[in-house]
Amino acid sequence: MKPVEFLRFLWTQLTSMRTALVLLFALMIAAVPGSLGPKILPQRPNNPVLVREWIAARPELGAVFDRLGLFDVYGSPWFASIYLLLLVSLVGCIVPRIAVYARAVRAMPPGVPKRLDKLAERASGPTRLSASDALDAGERWLVARRYRVRRQGNELSGEIGYLRELGNLAFHVSILGVLAGIAVSSLFGYKGSVIAVEGSAFSNTLSQYDDFAAGAFFKASALPPFTLWVDKFDVSFERGSVQHGAARQFQVTGRLAGPAEEPRPTILEVNTPVILGSSMVNLIGHGYAPIVTVTDPSGAVAYSGPVVFLPQDGNFTSLGVIKAPDARPQRLAFDSIFVPSQSTASGVGPRSTFPDADNPTLWGTVWTAPPKVETGRPENVYSLDKTEFTQVMDGAVPASFRLAVGASYTVPDGSKITFDSWKRWTKLQVSSTPGLPIVYGSIGVAVLALMLSLFGKPRRIFARVTDADGVRSVDVGGLDRAESRAGLGDAVAGLADAMGASVSVTGVSGEPALGSRGTKSQLTLAGEQLEESE
Amino acid sequence: MNLAYFSSLAMVTATVIYLVALTAHAAEWASARRVDAGPSTTDGSPAASAATSSTAGTAARRDRIAADLTRVDRFGRMGLALTAVGAALHVAGVVLRGLAAGRPPWGNMYEFVSSTLAILVVGYLVLVWLGKMRWLGLPVTLLLSVGLGLAVTVFYVAVAPLVPALHSVWFVIHIIAAATAGAMFNVGGLASVLYLLRTRAERRGTVRGYVVRLPQPEVLDRVAYRAVAFAFPLWTFTIAAGSIWAEYAWGRYWGWDPKETWSLVTWVVYAAYLHARATAGWKGRRAAWLGVVGVAMFWWNFVGINLLVSGLHSYAGI
Repeated sequence: MKPVEFLRFLWTQLTSMRTALVLLFALMIAAVPGSLGPKILPQRPNNPVLVREWIAARPELGAVFDRLGLFDVYGSPWFASIYLLLLVSLVGCIVPRIAVYARAVRAMPPGVPKRLDKLAERASGPTRLSASDALDAGERWLVARRYRVRRQGNELSGEIGYLRELGNLAFHVSILGVLAGIAVSSLFGYKGSVIAVEGSAFSNTLSQYDDFAAGAFFKASALPPFTLWVDKFDVSFERGSVQHGAARQFQVTGRLAGPAEEPRPTILEVNTPVILGSSMVNLIGHGYAPIVTVTDPSGAVAYSGPVVFLPQDGNFTSLGVIKAPDARPQRLAFDSIFVPSQSTASGVGPRSTFPDADNPTLWGTVWTAPPKVETGRPENVYSLDKTEFTQVMDGAVPASFRLAVGASYTVPDGSKITFDSWKRWTKLQVSSTPGLPIVYGSIGVAVLALMLSLFGKPRRIFARVTDADGVRSVDVGGLDRAESRAGLGDAVAGLADAMGASVSVTGVSGEPALGSRGTKSQLTLAGEQLEESE
Repeated sequence: MNLAYFSSLAMVTATVIYLVALTAHAAEWASARRVDAGPSTTDGSPAASAATSSTAGTAARRDRIAADLTRVDRFGRMGLALTAVGAALHVAGVVLRGLAAGRPPWGNMYEFVSSTLAILVVGYLVLVWLGKMRWLGLPVTLLLSVGLGLAVTVFYVAVAPLVPALHSVWFVIHIIAAATAGAMFNVGGLASVLYLLRTRAERRGTVRGYVVRLPQPEVLDRVAYRAVAFAFPLWTFTIAAGSIWAEYAWGRYWGWDPKETWSLVTWVVYAAYLHARATAGWKGRRAAWLGVVGVAMFWWNFVGINLLVSGLHSYAGI
């Protein structure tokens, strides 16, 4: 085989329906490992922490899985290769078909085949009409049913159902549209999130984000300039016995202002994001921030304010580290747990029994480290580097505290932490997905096109009038050009009837044909007159 | 004694009636056990089948089969009548549940299963009425008994308001589309199962009993195809609607959440089914198997993912 022939062979294979089918199966199976949930196989984009834990628990298997891309299935090269092949196969399949269709749409129906008896359904019988009357009647019958008709000599061909292939092609093209929309979104879009404590404000500049990701063609100037004040965050949880503890309401009451604008009141809820041009601000999370005051042994305030804690369970038992880097002679840090509704049962540790703050309690241990030269290097605010800090002991046991609101704890070295109060924080996401109109426009077209392609009835029907041995007879045959269509027998018998034949029908589709009931001829004559009067 | 109570009462009663209907349909199938292969009848006229068996047996045998067929018909009609009564109670249960909750009744698994099955049973009754499809009776009542039975026993939760993520107009659009598509996927799946049953019997030359009274394989295949052809565009819409909703509620239109992924897998299976039906070597039994796999995916995505895999779609216990 010459290289060109081989390439052509490969192309034919790739664009065949069978290959498309195999690729669809492959896509189906390849999607499974990523969908087993975070407990079985966590995915890095959704659960980076769980992935780290998974690998830590099984280092060898984890390394292999990681190399195979099993922790990011939908971003892995093998997943991408399947859908890219599918895409190539799709394009290779539909482009020639578009060309064929473009010709077919303009063409007249094909001529009548020599042998009508090869067709799936046929009917024949002597006619009482003259040849031209029969052909006229047949043509009228076909035109009334919106067939495209070709009349040649004593033959009629009719074709209908051109929209099916149109729908089929439009559907596949619109899949390309969906992918184009996704590509536009990921190239030009961005997504960033920020945690804002009640009473704080967020200005939409890159430096304000806690994390931010953008496409290759994104420019920072595309961020719409605005400031959002998170004045109040209202939450309520189910207190009844049914679904106890389920969330019932999340609502941010705030103010929003563009550059040089007066702030205007705004409400942000889970299903009602704030929309600013092509960008959108969503409320995607919340939690607690205890407000504390830390004084060092000299009595100087080393830290005062809210500290964001991260929820660990559905009842918002939250972890955080209160850091007082300005405390002297040693830096102070409190490895802490905030429990919004501390269980009052005796002997129970830091565990929350309800997501709302019914009995807020702050637990913690105390750590110190020598003062550090400010390096400007960012450090994780949510965790404590325990290689750097040493734990403060109270005699033989670690110094620890359990504080209700308003209470304070004095560390053996004389420093003090006071649990003043608490606030809620909200996690806001600002994003732009500019390709979405393309995606949903394409899906809209796809759904309509699918309906055309699934319900369209492409059908060809042929008729011939013959004179043999002084008997004038009509032969009609038809075929459906799509699977699973009913009613071909009726159409064939109907046309034969219209052409004045008392017919005998033979078919293979096994469905009852109306024409086979003998007396149909007379009935149709009346129907024909109705059609003429239309 | 309130609306929620009457809703549960109606639902449990409907389940029991479906069980009785299932028994009647089982008796319908069992009564046909002596019927031999012969030209099958889709119109279910007993005389036709009885006449064909006359060549094989004596007059006594012919009479016995005629009596059998009368019994088949009687049990079939009984099953259908019971299903209709069950359906009325079932729909009443769903409506009362919605009234009791003051919102559309599909906020959790119990409600979604009962609503989807209500659409399924109404769809089935319409198909029987329009298209003489009583032969679906046994598998439909089996599905209804098992599905609604699980709903009222295992999935049941008392009426409660919705979590904030569900406070959206898409809650109505997305879920009605999902439930309707799901119901029709089920009809298609059951028709595919019967198709596989019938073609297997034909290949083994053991077409007898109730299988004789099932429609021809082409008809079964056509019914399955039409159900899927109805449901597939709707399912496409369901996924798109869910994605728009996700963009509003969660700030991203697609996040490979387990439920999203399995919806896509289900979509791909049905896309494969539609392609398979037009591919030489795949049409027929292989395509029918894909139809069965598709409906299995639907249920796995719905029940399995809710119970076994945590994701954003698990919000209301079960």
